[in-house]
Amino acid sequence: MVRKESDPAKTPLDAETLLDIEDLTVELPGVGARRPVLDAVRLRVDRGEVVGLVGESGSGKSTAAKAVLRMLPRDAHLRGRVGVAGRDVLTLNAGDLRELRARRVAMVHQDPRSSLNPVRRIGDFLTERLIHTLGRPKAQAYAEALRLLEAVGIVRPAERLRQFPHELSGGMLQRVVIAAALAGDPELLLADEATSALDVTTQAEILAILREHRTGRGLGLLFITHDLHLAAAYCDRVYVMYAGRVVEERTAERLFEDPRHPYTAGLLACTPELGDPRPISPIPGRPPSLDDAFPGCPFVARCPVAEAACETWLPVARELDDGGSVMCRRTDLDHPAEKVRR
Amino acid sequence: MPARALRITLGLLVTLLAASFVIFGAIYAAPGDPAAFLVGGQEDATPEKLAAVRAAYHLDDPLWVQYGDWIGGVLRGDLGRSMQYHDQVADLVSSRVPTTLFLVGYSAVLFVVAGVALGVLSAVRGGRVDSIVVAVTTLLASIPKFVKALALVAFLGVQLGWFPVTGAGEGFGDRLHHLTLPALSLALGELAVVSRVTRQSMLEQYAQDHVTVARAAGLSEFKVIRRHVLRNALAPVVTMCGLIIASLFAGTVVVETAFGISGMGSLLVQAINTHDFPVTQAVLLLMVLAYMLVTTFVDLVHPLIDPRVRLEGSAA
Repeated sequence: MVRKESDPAKTPLDAETLLDIEDLTVELPGVGARRPVLDAVRLRVDRGEVVGLVGESGSGKSTAAKAVLRMLPRDAHLRGRVGVAGRDVLTLNAGDLRELRARRVAMVHQDPRSSLNPVRRIGDFLTERLIHTLGRPKAQAYAEALRLLEAVGIVRPAERLRQFPHELSGGMLQRVVIAAALAGDPELLLADEATSALDVTTQAEILAILREHRTGRGLGLLFITHDLHLAAAYCDRVYVMYAGRVVEERTAERLFEDPRHPYTAGLLACTPELGDPRPISPIPGRPPSLDDAFPGCPFVARCPVAEAACETWLPVARELDDGGSVMCRRTDLDHPAEKVRR
Repeated sequence: MPARALRITLGLLVTLLAASFVIFGAIYAAPGDPAAFLVGGQEDATPEKLAAVRAAYHLDDPLWVQYGDWIGGVLRGDLGRSMQYHDQVADLVSSRVPTTLFLVGYSAVLFVVAGVALGVLSAVRGGRVDSIVVAVTTLLASIPKFVKALALVAFLGVQLGWFPVTGAGEGFGDRLHHLTLPALSLALGELAVVSRVTRQSMLEQYAQDHVTVARAAGLSEFKVIRRHVLRNALAPVVTMCGLIIASLFAGTVVVETAFGISGMGSLLVQAINTHDFPVTQAVLLLMVLAYMLVTTFVDLVHPLIDPRVRLEGSAA
């Protein structure tokens, strides 16, 4: 149990590491904000890896994704390092930053309907990056857009290209947004609740397409979701966030089998399972807001296994034997999950 | 679509008819006796003479008979004869319409281009630039048109000698040269509203998610502004510009008089001063028509600016 150190083998120049966030702290000087939105977040996505980012709303998942593209408000204070393919995004100049956004990292934003310009056609949206930042010829860009729409399972794609966003359903727009993110073959895709609005069959199709890109050309995927079960089933590794901190980082398998943080265990206990006679037990209390500051562990008020010492314990990531890490004082507990589910 | 065109045309005609009646009634109710002007001065007019003139021009008929006569003539394409010039009103008006249209068009180009540019500048740069734009355009808007006209004449016309200070010129280039100062004095006051509306509308668009998404896709800030912010901010700007252009026709009254331009505005002033009923009516009616045409055009353009309007239209 030592404090997790940055491994020298994972230096920024390691070609296999696509995204390497080190001790990223983000503070938004808003009214009443008493703690950072992100607090010393460490997160890594390798080439061809699907990494899940899970947590309740307000835990900082979207902020972490936006930081990768440096899309945070101008008055935000950032500390730490966001390495993408070896370069620190936080120190890039304007031109290099545009280049990064255009070529390397794409993001699927939360709400598809507000992601599209309502007065421009679907075709404009899909080809915008290709034509206006990558300088592809128009005809080629439209052919690519057509192919992408087909790939995400949209019927009559040629017709859709000429339509306006308000003429498409939410599910279709969600696919359009994903298609647009894949245009220009980015290396890293940040998917912020990308499939949450879709029905299960469509969700499965989209996930399969993303997996193809991953195996086919090594697309790295940061998959943000509030659905821990989906994350555990789809991702290689999962980060669980709480109050701006990564409280647990495990391989999906281990996380699901043996969650070590009481919060993770609580999240898993929130969803009912077939054949499980135990009652659904929601995590008591509410997710902390930005004006809640904590002298010790932020989860202590909602934690079923908290002790008095937890209230002043400064959270640090503790390495686990299976390579993961957990930010909990009570790593002495063998199976916190059992304590959470009664 | 044909049904819509018919509806719009019918609407225009009904409005025009109503406006014509209001105009006719207003002139009828206005103080002063046209017969006195027709006989050439109040002093030497005998009651018999006045009565004869009134009879000749049907001035003693009740309002609705006079209106009926006039509107019947208008529908047949006869706007009547000017009492002052003893000329066909249609000829008088048609010789002046091109000058006024040119003046209004020129000034519209000036205030739209400059106003939108200033609005974009305000929205993009903000801070001190925004304050300066507000201060200057508000100052320009608060100065009356004739004072601006005099100031422009004094500086650009007389002192620097860049532009002629009177007349409308012949041929396109010369006309452009002659009408620059009048068009400027019409346009300068409108910069405030246009630049404010543009700025406000753009700031609203800046806050939209899709603008952030476009930026996250690596678009340059210039393209983000042009393709997403300005493009989406256009609807209120176009509406406002349309209303201003429509009202500029009335503004020509002052400016054409100040610059001695023989257009619709100066014709209206003369006609009112001499109680020349038919000319006054014709000019006012044309101004109403111009106003309605401009606003109708803006309505028709709207679906091109915002496709969502099309949906609402078809659903209604």
